[in-house]
Amino acid sequence: MSKVRVLVGTRKGAFILESDGKREKWKVSGPHFAGWEMYHIKGSPADPNRLYASQTSGWFGQIIQRSDDGGKTWHQPGTPPGEAPAPGPPKAASNKFVYDASPESGKPLTTHQWYDGTQHPWEFKRVWHLEPSLTEPNTVYAGVEDAAIFRSTDGGENWKELPGLRGHGTGPKWQPGAGGMCLHTIILDPTNPQRIYIAISAAGAFRTDDCGRTWKPINRGLRSQYIPDPNAETGHCVHHIAMNPSRPGVLFMQKHWDVMRSDDAGDNWKEISGNLPTDFGFVIDVHAHEPETIYVVPIKSDSEHFVPDGKLRVFRSRTGGNEWEALTKGLPQSDCYVNVLRDAMAIDSLDKCGVYFGTSGGQVYASADAGDSWNPIVRDLPGVLSVEVQTLP
Amino acid sequence: MIRVILPQHLRTLAHVGSEVQVEVGGPVTLRSVLDAIEARYPMLRGTIRDHVTQQRRPFLRFFACEEDLSHESPDTPLPDAVASGKEPFLIIGAIAGG
Repeated sequence: MSKVRVLVGTRKGAFILESDGKREKWKVSGPHFAGWEMYHIKGSPADPNRLYASQTSGWFGQIIQRSDDGGKTWHQPGTPPGEAPAPGPPKAASNKFVYDASPESGKPLTTHQWYDGTQHPWEFKRVWHLEPSLTEPNTVYAGVEDAAIFRSTDGGENWKELPGLRGHGTGPKWQPGAGGMCLHTIILDPTNPQRIYIAISAAGAFRTDDCGRTWKPINRGLRSQYIPDPNAETGHCVHHIAMNPSRPGVLFMQKHWDVMRSDDAGDNWKEISGNLPTDFGFVIDVHAHEPETIYVVPIKSDSEHFVPDGKLRVFRSRTGGNEWEALTKGLPQSDCYVNVLRDAMAIDSLDKCGVYFGTSGGQVYASADAGDSWNPIVRDLPGVLSVEVQTLP
Repeated sequence: MIRVILPQHLRTLAHVGSEVQVEVGGPVTLRSVLDAIEARYPMLRGTIRDHVTQQRRPFLRFFACEEDLSHESPDTPLPDAVASGKEPFLIIGAIAGG
């Protein structure tokens, strides 16, 4: 029977939740890396036992952790525990994210817009998102703050920036959102290994069609009232993008305000907010088997980051947007004031597919019937930053 | 032998107890002690000083012999009591965040 493994990053550690295919009884392990902010944990599609985790701290900076046994044990790539340290420089620098400034890379930009409108140098702060390759367990991408994309091809031991993104030319117009200037979304096209989508708050969405060498903004159709030119090429606060692997040219976006879709790989976007009670939010995801079924969790507003009316509701559209139904069975419908952050929803590939999300209040909810009903797997974790799920044989 | 006391999270990363000991060849300075720690425990590289600038991470401070050495030049000799191993060199995480 199939199993699922849910990988939860919280403000104070990581947790791994495991169940069989019924998804009724759960085994909870953790906290792993207790006390650290775990921004993201994700497994390799090519090797489910290979997990990557971003461990960060305002005191001690960035750490990358790797597991080769499905989360039972972890190590910093290049410095496995128990290995006698050798004299001389370390073999690897798995937490060394240095922006490219080499002459051969062209013209990586060195400044972006700061909160007061002045230009500010790029400064590495943390890894927001880790996206393992679809085919090669040792290859993994990292989306970082200040916004840039890095790649490791040696299992996370060493990282190199793909500088064409910052070198695109619009960098001086990028600016940090409230959470920092983060590259938070990385989507790999399963049918075209040259194509990658990324999203940055607050710059917008970008696409490469040559494996990261060059990038183009894909923000036509986005409209953001809070920037000087609401229809600008860049500067939009994209919160998250989702794709169903069976239709890689169709993208769904939760923007700061507005839920959007693109049917041409991001070249053009149209709004699909429809009858949502509010179209502000962070997460968006797509059903595993029905590519026109999508999920969002509306949040009241950008100044009140909690669900509206004290009700925790996932909204589902079975029509690719515009027509939304509230999913409430098993979710609190009074006195609930939590948020659901951008990487905190995931969907397994069982039939019916499971939907999972984590809240700022530390609950992780699961639905084993594509959202019709919900149950909390855990109720009292630290605030949840990210949720990923692996469907295992 | 230089005695170094690490903050709890760095002990966990390095799989050590509260106090570690490192050998320093030549003058005992902030730089040479931190170099020795990073050579002995490479998993700590980047957690005490920035990889590139070698600047102290802002929420960490260095103490020894009841003195705050955080703003000393990296090449300033540490107190004799640290160099002799009588007193430890302390790396402290700032108490911040409520």
